[in-house]
Amino acid sequence: MNQFQYVRPTKQKAAIEALARDANAQFIAGGTNLLDLMKRGVMQPQKLVDINRLPLNKIERMDGGIRIGALALNSAVAEDQLVQQQLPLLAQALNAGASAQLRNMATVGGNMLQRTRCHYFYDTALPCNKREPGSGCGALEGINRMHAIFGFSDKCIAVHPSDMSVALAALDATVLVSGPKGERRIAFLDFHRLPGDTPQKDTNLEQGELVVAVEVPENAFPKNVHYLKVRERASYAFALVSVAAALQLDGNTIKAARLAMGGVAHKPWRLTEAEAALVGKPATEETFRQAAAVAMQGAKAFKHNAYKLKLAPNSIVQALKNAAGLA
Amino acid sequence: MKEQLLQDGKAVGDRMSRVDGRLKVTGAATYSAEYALPNLVHAVLVGSTIAKGRIRSIDTKAAERAPGVLAVITHVNSPKVPGFAAKQNPDEPPTIGQPLRVFYDDKIYFNDQPIAVVVADTLERARYAAGLVKTQYAAEPHQTNFEANKARGFLPTQAKRNPKSPQNDYDRGQKDGYQSAPVKLEAEYVHESEMHNPMELQSIIAHWEAPDRLTVYDKVQAVKGTQRAFAKDWALPEENVKVIATFVGGAFGNGLHNWPHETAAIIAAKVTNRPVKLVLTREQMFTMVGYRPKTWQRVAMGATRDGKLVGITHECIGQTSSYEEFTESSVQQTRMMYAAPNVSTRYRILGLDISTPIWMRGPGEATGAFALESAIDEMAHLLNLDPLEFRLRNHTDTDPEKNKPWSTKYLKECFQAGAERIGWSKRRMQPGTLREGDWLVGYGMGVGTFGANRGVAKVRAVLRADGSVLLQSATTDIGPGTGTAMVQIAADALGLSPDKIRFELGNSTFPTAPSQGGSSTVNTVGSAVLAACTELKQKLQQLGGAAFAGAAPDQLTLAGGQLGLRTNAAAKASLADLRKQNNGQDIEVTTEAKPGDARQKYSMYSFSVHFAEVRVHALTGEVRVTKMVSCADAGTIVNQKTAGSQMIGGAIGGIGMALHEGALMDDRFGRYVTKDLADYHVPVHADAPPVEVFFVNKPDTLVDPIGTKGIGEIAIIGVAPAIANAIFNATGKRVRELPITPDKLI
Ligand SMILES: Cc1cc2nc3c(=O)[nH]c(=O)nc-3n(C[C@H](O)[C@H](O)[C@H](O)COP(=O)(O)OP(=O)(O)OC[C@H]3O[C@@H](n4cnc5c(N)ncnc54)[C@H](O)[C@@H]3O)c2cc1C
Repeated sequence: MNQFQYVRPTKQKAAIEALARDANAQFIAGGTNLLDLMKRGVMQPQKLVDINRLPLNKIERMDGGIRIGALALNSAVAEDQLVQQQLPLLAQALNAGASAQLRNMATVGGNMLQRTRCHYFYDTALPCNKREPGSGCGALEGINRMHAIFGFSDKCIAVHPSDMSVALAALDATVLVSGPKGERRIAFLDFHRLPGDTPQKDTNLEQGELVVAVEVPENAFPKNVHYLKVRERASYAFALVSVAAALQLDGNTIKAARLAMGGVAHKPWRLTEAEAALVGKPATEETFRQAAAVAMQGAKAFKHNAYKLKLAPNSIVQALKNAAGLA
Repeated sequence: MKEQLLQDGKAVGDRMSRVDGRLKVTGAATYSAEYALPNLVHAVLVGSTIAKGRIRSIDTKAAERAPGVLAVITHVNSPKVPGFAAKQNPDEPPTIGQPLRVFYDDKIYFNDQPIAVVVADTLERARYAAGLVKTQYAAEPHQTNFEANKARGFLPTQAKRNPKSPQNDYDRGQKDGYQSAPVKLEAEYVHESEMHNPMELQSIIAHWEAPDRLTVYDKVQAVKGTQRAFAKDWALPEENVKVIATFVGGAFGNGLHNWPHETAAIIAAKVTNRPVKLVLTREQMFTMVGYRPKTWQRVAMGATRDGKLVGITHECIGQTSSYEEFTESSVQQTRMMYAAPNVSTRYRILGLDISTPIWMRGPGEATGAFALESAIDEMAHLLNLDPLEFRLRNHTDTDPEKNKPWSTKYLKECFQAGAERIGWSKRRMQPGTLREGDWLVGYGMGVGTFGANRGVAKVRAVLRADGSVLLQSATTDIGPGTGTAMVQIAADALGLSPDKIRFELGNSTFPTAPSQGGSSTVNTVGSAVLAACTELKQKLQQLGGAAFAGAAPDQLTLAGGQLGLRTNAAAKASLADLRKQNNGQDIEVTTEAKPGDARQKYSMYSFSVHFAEVRVHALTGEVRVTKMVSCADAGTIVNQKTAGSQMIGGAIGGIGMALHEGALMDDRFGRYVTKDLADYHVPVHADAPPVEVFFVNKPDTLVDPIGTKGIGEIAIIGVAPAIANAIFNATGKRVRELPITPDKLI
C-alpha cells in the first residue's frame, strides 16, 4: 500500500474540488473495494477524499419515483420500507450481494463503481489492460471461467461484479452526478461502458465527478419480480450468472417485462429484445425459453466459460418462473 | 502396575466444555503473533513473480530508504544459516529432498517464492517498503501443468531405497486381476490442489534472547520437531532453542513442516537484533505453507454379477515440488478396505515448479477415498445393487493386506446407524428420479479409514500443595480440544475432579511428545497422561505408608485433598502429610508411555462412514448438501462434545473438498490466480447442513489403554465421495473431477 493524503470534507462542493485539483485522488465511501485494491497495489491514489460526512444517505420519495442517496448503505436500502414495497427487485439484488458485514459498509455509489473481480486485474504480476493499459489481457487466453460472453473486446473480457447494478439496469434508473462543470444525469444503461479499446475506463463518469444519487422511476413491478443469482456456494460469492426479472401480469398474460443479466458482460446486461419477446405472451416456461433464446443471440464463450451459454438461458427461465410464481 | 482408568470414572465420555474455551472466545488466549515483546518489529516477505530461473538483480535501495525500515534482507546480504550449507537431513520425513533454503542463493523454484524480507518499525511501513523492492530475473521455462507432465511421474525415492516402504508397488493375487471379472469398470479421478487456509494465518515471532539462544512463538503442530529443526539450522544445542505454541488457531497439516517464512523471521531477528514478527498474508498462504496436492487417479474394478469383488487396481500420481518429494498414502486403503482377492496399487509423484505440498486433514486417504469410494458406487450401479449392500457383500473381518485380525472393527454398526439416520430407504436405485420442485434429490455414502497410530510421549505430573495436579507435555492443540481430553483422562486416572487438574502444552521445554498429526494425540499423549497419573499415585501410595501398601491403583483416590482407599474408608493421608514425607516438595513424576507389541499382532484402524443428502438444481446445477450423517468407529470417545465437533468440522471440510475448494493456476505464468478467500471458496454457513454424528464408542484397548483409535482424519475421509455419489444419485451425472461446481453439472 502506498502513502496517501486523506481529507474528509463536509461539503459536496469541497469534495468535488478536492478531487478535481488532483488527477491522482479518489473518493472513498465504505472502502470495501478501494482499500483491498490499494493493499494489493492495484490502485495507488495519492489522496483519498472521504465522502462519508456528506449528507447523501437519504432514501426518499421524489416526483415520479424514488431517489437513493449515493451514501445510503447497501443494507439500509435493502431494508428500507419504500424500497421493499416499490422496488423489491432492488432489495433482492442487494441482499444477494457480498455478506451482511460488507453490506453494512458498502454504499450505493461505491457498489456501482466497484471494480471487476477478474484475477488478472487483481494481481500486479500478471498482465491486464484495465489495470495497466497495453500490458495485454491475461484472461483472454488464460483462466476465464468467470468471464464475459457478451460485449467483450480483445483488450478485455472482464465482467462487472455488482448485483445491485443489474437490478438498477432493469429498472431504468438514472444516475445523478455532480462535478466541476455542474450536475448532470446519466441513464443507468449508459453509466457503465463496454471495454472496447479503453478497458481502463469502467464508466462514463468524468474525472472529478461525484455520484450524488440514483433515481428509480415509478414502475409497474411491485410484485412478480425475482433476482436469481447462481454462484459456486450458497452465499457470499460473486455470480457466475445472475438475472433480474420483473413481470407485469394481467391474468396469465405478460403486459410488461424487465430483464437484465449480471456476470456476462463488462456492464449490467439489459435484455430489451428478450423483454419484447415476452410481452403479450402467456407466462409459461415455453415463453420463457423463447425469450431466453432471444437473449442469448450473439453470445460467445472462451475456453473455460462455455457453461455460461447454457447456464445463462437456464437462469433466465428460472428467474422468470420464480417471478411469475411458476416455480 | 497396570494402567487403567477408574471403572466408575465420570470424566471420560462426558460432554465437558473446553478447558480453554472461555479464553478463546474472550480473546484472552495468546496466539503466536500476539506476544507483546518489547522492541518488537515487523517483517513482510516479498515473493518472486516468476516460477523458475534466477534473480539477476534485486534493487533494495528505495526500500532501505523508506521511513522506518531497519533492514532489507535478500540472498545477497543474508547471513549464512549454518545448517543450509550441508544437504539437510535428506532422509527424514516429511519429505525427502532439500527444504527450500530461504535467501540462500539466486535460484527460483516456484512463483511467489520468498526472495526478500523487509523489516520496519510498523507493519504498514514494512508493507509499503516491500512494494519498493525491484527484481530482475533470468527466467527459465517452467513446468506447472500437471496433465502435460503426467508421464514424468516417478516412484518416490523412499520407496526405491526401502523395499518395505508402503509407497512401493503392491500386488495381491493376480496383478490387474480385475480383468478376469465378468463386470468391469475403469475410471479416472482428479482433484485440484486444496490450499491450507485455517482462520489464523501462519505467524511467527522470532527472538534471539542471546546470540546463541533463540525463542520462537510459532504456529506449529510440533514444538519438539521445530526445536530440533531450528537447532540444526543454527548449529545450536537443542536446549538453546525454545518453541512456544500455546494456542493454534486451526492447523490441518500446515504446521507439520517448517517453512521458509519461519527462517526468514529468524534471520531478520538476527540481523536487526530485535524480536521480529512475521505474519503471512492470506495470498501467501497459497504458496508458502503447503497444500493438499493435486492428484490424478485411476481405478479399475471387477466384480462377479452377484456383487463379489474380483479385483481392484488403484493408481495415483500426486504432484510435488522440484526440490522435495512429498508423498501420501493415497492408494493404501484400497489394499485393506474390501475383501478382494486381487488388488494392485501404484503410487507415483510428479515434480513440478511449484511449492512443496504438505499433509492436509485425512492426508492421502481423503484423496484416495474419493477415487475408491466413487468407483465402488459406480460398480454398485453397474450391478444394480444398493451401494450399502455391495459394501456389505465385500466386507472383511480380517485385514486382507497384512493377514492379521483387526484390533477392533465396528464398521457394520456404523453403516446401520448412518443408514437409519439419513433415511437411506428414501434413496432411489434409479438416479435422477427423486425430485422436489426444481431440485433433484439424491443420497450417497462414502467410507473412510485411517491408521490408529500411536507414538511415544512423556508427561510430567505434579501434585501441588493445594491438592491440584499440573500435567505438562510438549504436544500441541491445533483445535480438537487436546487439553480438555487430557484433563478428563487424568481426572479418571486420579479420581480427582477435572477442575483440580491443569494440562499445559505447546512448549518445547516440557517433556517430549510427537507432533499433533495423524489422529494420534489422545492415543499417544493420553496414554502418557494415564501412565504419569498412575505413577504419581504409586508414589503417593509409597509416601502414604502401611495403610496403602499393596492396594491396586484403581483403588486409590485423591479427592478432597487427601489420598484415600476405596476398599477402606478409614485409610486416609492428607496431602500435607504426604508432602512432609516428600521433604516438603511438590510430588512429581515424569513418565513415558509407548505402544506395546499388540501392534505386531493386529491391524489397527479407525473407520468411518458418511452419508449425504443433496439437492441439485435441475436448471442451474447448484448443489446444496441438505443433510449429513457421519458415523465413526473410533474406540472410546473421551469427550462426546469435542469429538462431535471434530466430526462436524471434518464433514464441512469434506463439503469444501467436494464442492468448493480447488486452486486454479495459469500455467503460462506458473502462478495461482485464485489466492484469496473471495476467489478460493470454502463452505460458508449457508453451505453447512445439519450434521448428525454417531459414535460406536467401544474401546479398543489393544491400541492404547484408554481404548481410543483417533478421530481427526476419518472425520473428512470419505465425505467427498459421499457427496459425489449423492450427486450421481440425484442427477445420473458422474463427476470425477473435484470440486463439483455448477458448470460441471449443467
Ligand atoms: C469479499 C467480498 C465479496 C463481495 N461480494 C459481492 C457480491 O456478491 N455482489 C456485489 O455486488 N458486490 C460484492 N462485493 C463488492 C461490494 O459490494 C463493494 O465492495 C461495495 O459495494 C463497494 O462500496 P463501498 O462504499 O465500500 O466503495 P468504496 O470501496 O469506498 O469505493 C469503490 C469505488 O467507488 C468510488 N466511489 C465511491 N463512492 C463514490 C461516489 N459517490 N461518487 C464517485 N465515486 C465513488 C471510489 O472512488 C472507488 O473507486 C464484495 C466485496 C467483497 C470484499
